[in-house]
Amino acid sequence: MMATATEVGRREFLRLSASAGAALVVSFYSPAKGRAVQSQPTQNGLFTPNTWVCITPDNQVTVLVEKPEMGQGQRTTEAMLLAEELDIDFSTIRIEQAPTIPDIYKSLSTGRSGGTRAGWESVRKAGAQARAMFVIAAAQQWNVDKQECRTQNGAVIHAPTGRRLTYGELVEAASKLPEISAGAVSLKEPKDFRFIGKPLPRVDTPSKTDGSAGFGIDVRVPDMLYAVIARCPHFGGKLENFDATAAKKISGVRAVFPVPPLGFLDICGYGGRNLNTAGGVAVIADSTWAAIQARKALKLQWDKGPGGNETTDSLRSVLERQGTAAPTFIALDRGDAGKGLDKAAKKIEATYELPFTAHATMEPMNTTVHVRDREIEIWSPTQWANVIQDEIATLSGLPKNKVIVHMTLSGGSFGRRAQWDYAAEAWQVARQVKKPVQLLWTREDDIQHDFYREYSYHRLLGGLDTQGKIVAWSHRVVSTPIRPVFDSPESLKDPQHSAEVGGADSLPYFCPNIRLDYAPAPSAVPRAWWRSVESSFTAFAVECFVDELAHAAARDPYEFRMDLLHEDSKAPSGDGPDTRKFRGVLQLAAEKAGWGKRLPAGWGRGIACHWSFGSYVAHVAEVSTEKDSAVRVRRVVTAVDCGTAVNPDGVRAMAEGAINFALTPVLGGEITIKDGAVEQSNFHDYQVLRLNQAPDIEVHIMPSTDPPSGMGEPGVPPLAPAVANAIFAATGVRVRRLPVDSRLLQESLYQLGGPPRSGEQICFRG
Amino acid sequence: MAGMNLLVNSKKYEIDGAPETPLLWVLRDTIGLTGTKFGCGMGLCGACTVHLDGDAARSCQTPVGSVGAKKITTIEGLSTDRSHPVQKAWIAEQVPQCGYCQSGQIMQAVAFLTKNPHPTRDEIDQAMSGNICRCGTYQRIRRAIQQAATDAA
Ligand code: FES
Ligand code: FES
Repeated sequence: MMATATEVGRREFLRLSASAGAALVVSFYSPAKGRAVQSQPTQNGLFTPNTWVCITPDNQVTVLVEKPEMGQGQRTTEAMLLAEELDIDFSTIRIEQAPTIPDIYKSLSTGRSGGTRAGWESVRKAGAQARAMFVIAAAQQWNVDKQECRTQNGAVIHAPTGRRLTYGELVEAASKLPEISAGAVSLKEPKDFRFIGKPLPRVDTPSKTDGSAGFGIDVRVPDMLYAVIARCPHFGGKLENFDATAAKKISGVRAVFPVPPLGFLDICGYGGRNLNTAGGVAVIADSTWAAIQARKALKLQWDKGPGGNETTDSLRSVLERQGTAAPTFIALDRGDAGKGLDKAAKKIEATYELPFTAHATMEPMNTTVHVRDREIEIWSPTQWANVIQDEIATLSGLPKNKVIVHMTLSGGSFGRRAQWDYAAEAWQVARQVKKPVQLLWTREDDIQHDFYREYSYHRLLGGLDTQGKIVAWSHRVVSTPIRPVFDSPESLKDPQHSAEVGGADSLPYFCPNIRLDYAPAPSAVPRAWWRSVESSFTAFAVECFVDELAHAAARDPYEFRMDLLHEDSKAPSGDGPDTRKFRGVLQLAAEKAGWGKRLPAGWGRGIACHWSFGSYVAHVAEVSTEKDSAVRVRRVVTAVDCGTAVNPDGVRAMAEGAINFALTPVLGGEITIKDGAVEQSNFHDYQVLRLNQAPDIEVHIMPSTDPPSGMGEPGVPPLAPAVANAIFAATGVRVRRLPVDSRLLQESLYQLGGPPRSGEQICFRG
Repeated sequence: MAGMNLLVNSKKYEIDGAPETPLLWVLRDTIGLTGTKFGCGMGLCGACTVHLDGDAARSCQTPVGSVGAKKITTIEGLSTDRSHPVQKAWIAEQVPQCGYCQSGQIMQAVAFLTKNPHPTRDEIDQAMSGNICRCGTYQRIRRAIQQAATDAA
């Protein structure tokens, strides 16, 4: 395996760049196109860019990466993009996380599977620009035409004479050159790529095999204390009374005090955020264990608040009711779906239901905060370090530059670390003491105080003509919308919830009469983004229903889809998907999976596809049903079209991870509500996918020279419907509610007279 | 409270504190070996796996007072240079994503392969199912274990 780039500590980088009087520092803005490249020598120690590349006379190339590393391979991808255009050996690059310095690094964040997309242009241009400057510097030194010079692995070569100067030798001269504008550099043709498109080892793998990788929970500051909070379990409830007498007697306990809940925080530029912290009682101690023990000893009384009566059943009846109530938002209305259904030769109706599900990142939430006299220092495993800085500056009233944020590695995120709650809580706790404090969430805190994936309910009606073509499609989405997390109570008065229908509004299948509308269901349970966001539930409804229509039309579900993905099926909304690419991934997945080939008795194969974050993914899932009716997912064959696969091994890893992640709400647990509180508390009652349930996975990547599109999330949405469709193929039973309930599956099979296959469709829980 | 002697990665430590404190927190908070991770505190996830005399143990379920003279090995003590065959296989197969679960996965795999150097796939599935990975690196874990078993053969 090829040698890889390495990670370095920031202190080392700063020392390097400070001591290097003659370093070439290229700096650039990642997200902003057009003004992508700027160059400034290291004068006055003042920079205005947000990512640095620093090249020193000893030929060392160091990159400061802004985007957080949460497992998605960001650091490796950025190093590859840079090495490609700078023309250096990938394995010699050193990589470090950029610090949170306001006015310097402006985008210490990622989301919407956007890491690689953001750097595709800007990082390559920074590399090309530095390379161009070395060529000019060498040409000047040799007094030759720069056209006669080329670069090779970190050196400029004068072809006619064979003279050679390393970048290191040229640093001083290059750093004195005037700036080259972004438009003046051209990028490589894909056919000339040396690194892009090759599976390269991740730079962070070594530190993640010897325990040295530093996560938020591993932050150790001299004299630090440890804290936990006993939070109000009832969403929207509050602390009524507490007695800390016993807790304070536990050895090592330093302080016990109440912390108030935090609601909507208005931060200029971000539109604000509902921090949604539960509030409760904080315990500070000398060790994590002492804090946890003392929390157990607290006597607590809660006021359940206005949501105290909420249960999963009560919520479900609201969702069902909203399935036929007047919509608050019509997303698509093309042709006349009502008339189309009336005239259809065959009419099908189905409802689908996906309950709350948790992120359950492996590293529980935590943040370490040191509140000093006029300065706050924070160490946080977050997806958005800039926002944490703004948040704590707003809460504390300190200027932004007095709030120092260190973005640590994150032990998974899946959207959870885009929330600001745990950092705010850590500040609430730490401001009460003069020492650094690490606030840790236990797994129980994590399962019971997440921002869950929306509870959603879908009612679909479809009409077929006599030839088995879809003539009408009507989809009602009902959900507990996520807008309350980022919209002020004032703007929430507007009933639009356009985000909730995402994925369903880019239906790629041809249909002349389409209606898509929405009705919300209120709930006190906090909700927010969960890996692949709304696509994770809309794709389930859409892709299961297409399968039901195929069956009703007596068609093979793969061929049925392929026929409907013709050129005329223009995407109903804006920047819709390209049906050719859809056909491409479907065909590739079907071919590689051996679609149509025989399977053992009791096995079934299902297919589904979806477009999200610019990428196309098709899965073919194979399942078997065991004697006890437990479903086993045996194999998933995947085809992805994500444009240029910068690091194909990274693309594969993201697809594998997405498939396993998406299996938890299918085969594992669900979050249920009683008394306005979560009933589950740890991995015994919130079951997540384990290794013995993990299918064999084959990932096939469509060759492409298009710019890269997202890969962190797009593997999630089509997985659940592919499995549900495979269960139908195996048993004749439609799964219309997740997770799959094997007891109900067994009952349904019994009613059907046992497996395999029946035309009749039975759904679970209605 | 009487001091307890612990032997961690061949180094002696004298620890004060309550004997019922889980070994996990002694390693992380007292000794400062943070490679061993907290994931559930209930023996359900395997993130806290260490070796006691070579056997895999969940340190969140191991009272420090019960360890006695047993040799404790953590991920930091597996090798000084990532040269253990299982670490090498983990790197070759590019297993980690976020990496948080991987100390526990590696420690579990090492103890398992010591007892069963040529496992079948079912045996791997069984031995590794107590260790959760939310990033979903399971397929690569299977491959890395098979690889380490082959390399050692
Ligand atoms: S932390 Fe010990 S098994 Fe999860
Ligand atoms: S690599 Fe992230 S939890 Fe396993």
